Parts: sequence; structure tokens; C-alpha cells
Amino acid sequence: MIQFLFNKSLILLLSLWVVVTGTFFLMHAIPGDPFIGDRVIPEEVMRSLYAYYGLDQPLWLQYIKYLKGLFHGDLGISMVYHGRSVGHFIGEAFPISALLGLSALCVAIPSGIFLGTIAAMKRNRWHDTAAMIISTIGISDPNFVLASFLQYVFCMKLHVFPVARLESLAHGVLPTFALAALPTAFIARLTRSNMVEVLQQDYIRTALAKGLPLFRIALHHGLRNAILPVITYLGPVATQILTGSFMIERIFAIPGLGQWMIHSIHGRDYPMILGLTVFFSTGLMIAMFLVDIAYSLLDPRIRIQKKREAHGT
Amino acid sequence: MEHEFPGFWRDAWRRFSSNRPALFALWTLAAIAAMAIFGPLFSSYSYYDIHLEWHDTPPGPKFWFGSDELGRDLFTRIWWGARISLFIGIAAAVIDMIFGVIWGSVAALAGGRLDETMMRVCDILYAIPYLLVVILLTVIRGSGIATILIAMTCTGWINMARIVRGQILQIKEYDYVVAARLNGASNARILMRHLIPNAIGPIIAAVTLTVPTAIFTEAFLSFLGLGVQAPAASWGVMVNDGLSAMRYYPWRLLFPSAMLTLTMLSFNLLGNTLRDALDPRLRR
Repeated sequence: MIQFLFNKSLILLLSLWVVVTGTFFLMHAIPGDPFIGDRVIPEEVMRSLYAYYGLDQPLWLQYIKYLKGLFHGDLGISMVYHGRSVGHFIGEAFPISALLGLSALCVAIPSGIFLGTIAAMKRNRWHDTAAMIISTIGISDPNFVLASFLQYVFCMKLHVFPVARLESLAHGVLPTFALAALPTAFIARLTRSNMVEVLQQDYIRTALAKGLPLFRIALHHGLRNAILPVITYLGPVATQILTGSFMIERIFAIPGLGQWMIHSIHGRDYPMILGLTVFFSTGLMIAMFLVDIAYSLLDPRIRIQKKREAHGT
Repeated sequence: MEHEFPGFWRDAWRRFSSNRPALFALWTLAAIAAMAIFGPLFSSYSYYDIHLEWHDTPPGPKFWFGSDELGRDLFTRIWWGARISLFIGIAAAVIDMIFGVIWGSVAALAGGRLDETMMRVCDILYAIPYLLVVILLTVIRGSGIATILIAMTCTGWINMARIVRGQILQIKEYDYVVAARLNGASNARILMRHLIPNAIGPIIAAVTLTVPTAIFTEAFLSFLGLGVQAPAASWGVMVNDGLSAMRYYPWRLLFPSAMLTLTMLSFNLLGNTLRDALDPRLRR
């Protein structure tokens, strides 16, 4: 087990390095620089800015310097918001996005699985059609349209919820809902698709023959087998939701992490781009690692296979 | 496959056509596709004609679906948008499916170190900020539909690869696969005859979901100024424009989003039924 963890973390570090390297050279290949804005900057000031942030050095030297800093856990200083460190930015914005994302996941996972299971159990009946219509609306309304619509109806017309910002529980309701819609729909579709298949298996027929109620069979025998694709899907999506959505945060004026990625790319804020990428990809790789573990926990056949391979047969 | 199971496709069609919502979906999609091709012919306006004196006209005999803030005819623009959006959505979904199925099934079947490496490549591609790639591509190739499509598919297939791999990891442990292997079937044969056909359900489900995702990724890119350039407009762009006018000129949001929802609903119903119809075990 320790060997396994060691190998995994080695691979994680290696992938992280590839991501950082790729992103580093990619972003420097794009024309533009962080200091070009509305105002004209005198050449001398520009030169000293370049010198201060090390942009006058050759690219490979900048790269080595960045890696060195990263190795010591230093993500650097923003070039656009002079003097604020990238770590500070993330520390401030991430908890907000994570809170919102977590509540969206708490809505999306159970309701998606519930809709999908019902649809599969009552295949081609009205329950199925209703669940699929709900999930279609969730998919075909992009979250920014849904968010604007919700804001319009509930905030401006009905005055049920506050319009924007994130200050209380009531503020969080609409953004959570808007954020949860797409994953709910996706999970429902995947669950239904698999559940339909699982419910045809012999062991389900056996359970039915024993006289167990269909609901219990679906829950105990079906779901565990039908849920693997959902978990695959959840790994990357959970990371994305927890690190914030640009559109939702923009519409509801929430100071989360989602908008910073877009802003920093537009502003060519190199340390910010890299820092956010490192943060996001670390999260992603950890999520994928957890997915792998969940896989072998949920499906013993996959675990046996791994063991067999480990023994060299 | 056909001569070994006489009537497989006929059987699938019979099951498909007995499902009324699916037939409705099929006709709806056919109608939308036909309108995308011939729709602009019915209108006396072009999608870029500006009539400033008629801006924001409600739907009526002059503009069937109303007009936008520059007095452009929404009816014509919707069908032009259909061409762009449907093309982007379907092309992206097909490309994603091909790459995803190949990558995912090879990884799952190979197992071991190759599998590990292939999946880490996915993680790495997924982690590199996607917008950087799009901007770089736009700088190199200029903006246009091809650029958008390339940019979208370079990371789009990953999701499909993951789903396919997950499915095949599970299926390849089933007894019939082991039996086929004992009978000396080659990897390629096992993959084509046993693994992919049995994973087709989630694959189809994921493909039908990629279409709207692609249409909206394009809208998002357009929102950032990287997508389809004016005066051409995709559905995503029109929905986006309509949002800002929602309070006073609701038809500008209503028509494009209604078309979009209708298309998506049809794709979903079609995907669901197709998935059930193609699986012979699902007779009930």
C-alpha cells in the first residue's frame, strides 16, 4: 500500500511538472504582455517593470526560476495587481468558490442519481419521460442562461432572493441551483443509461424472484453496479465546480476563483495563470486518484484483476 | 453483423419506431435540419441586413420572429445560426466520440503501465488551461469555425475516453469476454465484437450530451470574443445577446433558446431510444 501511494504521488508530481511546463511555454507563445493597458507607459518605466518581474531574462531562465520557486511552495507575485501574491489570491477566493461548489454537488449528486434511477426503473413510462425532460432542460439551458433567468424571476420580479453577492444562506440558493443543473442532468443520464442495463442482469432477476421489492433491489443491487460511469464523470467535474464557474460568479457578483483564470489569461498575468493552473491540476489529479480508488472499492472484479497483475500472472 | 443475426437492424428499427416520443424527435430533427438548409430561402431578408428603423420589432407579419437591436430579421438569423450551431455540435460530438472510444478502449484493454500513462496524458491535457490553447490557435489560424472546432475537440474527447475506459474495465471481466479470450479471440476482435457493443449505451448517452455542451462552449468562446464573428451568429451567440434584452424584448431570448431546447430534447430522446433499441437484451 505504501509502495502504491509512493508510486502514485511520484506520477502525480511528474504530471504536474508536465502541466506547468506546457502552460509556461504556451502562455509565453501568445503575443501581449501584462503591462499593456489603457495608458501609455514610458519606455523606461516599462524596462524597469520588465527587469523587476524578470521578464527581460531569457525564457528558459524564467522557467527555471519559476520551478525553483514552486519547489519551495512559492507561487510568485501577480504582475497586474502589483505586490499581491498569487497564494494570497487563491487563499481568499477559493473558500468562497469551494463552499458554493460543495453545496452544488450536494444538490447534484443525490438528485441526479435519484432521477436516473427512477427513469430506469420505470423505463418508457411517464416517470422516464418526465425525468428525461427535466434533465434535458438542465443540459440545454447553459448555466449562464439559467442563472440570468433565475435572477430575473426570483430576484427582480418576485423579490424572494437577494440579487447578487454572497453574504447569507439566501444569497447562495440561486447560484447553487444554477451551478448544479448541468451535473444533475448529466448524472441522471448516465445513471439511467447504466441502470437500465444492470436491471436486466440475472442477479436482479434472482432478487426479483426472491420477492424483494423493486425499490430495494435497485438501491442495493443495481445502484452499486450502475454508478461507476457517474464516478468517472464526477472526478474532473467536481474539481471544476469546486474551483468556481466564471459565468455564475460574474452574474451573481461572487468574488470566487472562477473569474480569475479568465481575467489572468486576458491580462497576461503570467504568475497568476501558472499559480491557478498548478492549483487546479493538483486538485484534478487528487480527484482522479480518488476515482481510481473508488473504482476498485465499488467493483471487486477490477480489484481482483489488479491483484492478479501484481502477482505477475 | 447483419448476416449473422438476420433481422438485427430490422428488430432495432421495430423497437425504435414503436416508441412515439422517439419518432417525434426524429421528425423534429429532420424538420430543423431541413429548415437550416432551406429556411433562409423563405425569407426576404439576409442574416446581415440592418434595418435600424425597425430595431427590436416584436414578432409580426414583417419579421416573423421579430428583429434584433440592429433590425436584423431573427427568423433568417435563427436558421443561419442553426447551420453553424448544428454543424459545430454534431462535428464536435463525432470527433470526440471517435478519439474517445479509441483512446479509452485501448487504455482499458492494454491495462497496466500503458493504461496508467494514457490516462495521465488525459489528466495533463485536461489540466492545461483550455483558454490558452484557444487563444493561441486563434492567433495562429485566425478565428473561424474550423479553429473553434479544433480548439474544442483537443480536450473534448477526454471525457468520452474516461467513460469508455471505465465501461470496458468493467465489461472485460465478464465471463463471456474471458470465454472469448480462452477461445483464442484476438484483442481487436474482442474489442469490436464484445466490448464496444456492450458499452454502446453510455457511449450514446455521452455523445448526445456532447452536442449541447459543444454548442455552448462555442457560445462561451463567442462571449469572450473568440467564437463566431459578427455578423454571422450561432444559437449560442443569439441566446447570449437575447439575455441582455430579456426584460424588454423577450422574443430575442425566447426564439433562439426555444429552438435550442427543442433540438436538445430531440437529441436526448433519440439517444435514449437508440440506446435501448440497439441492445437486444433489453426486450421487455
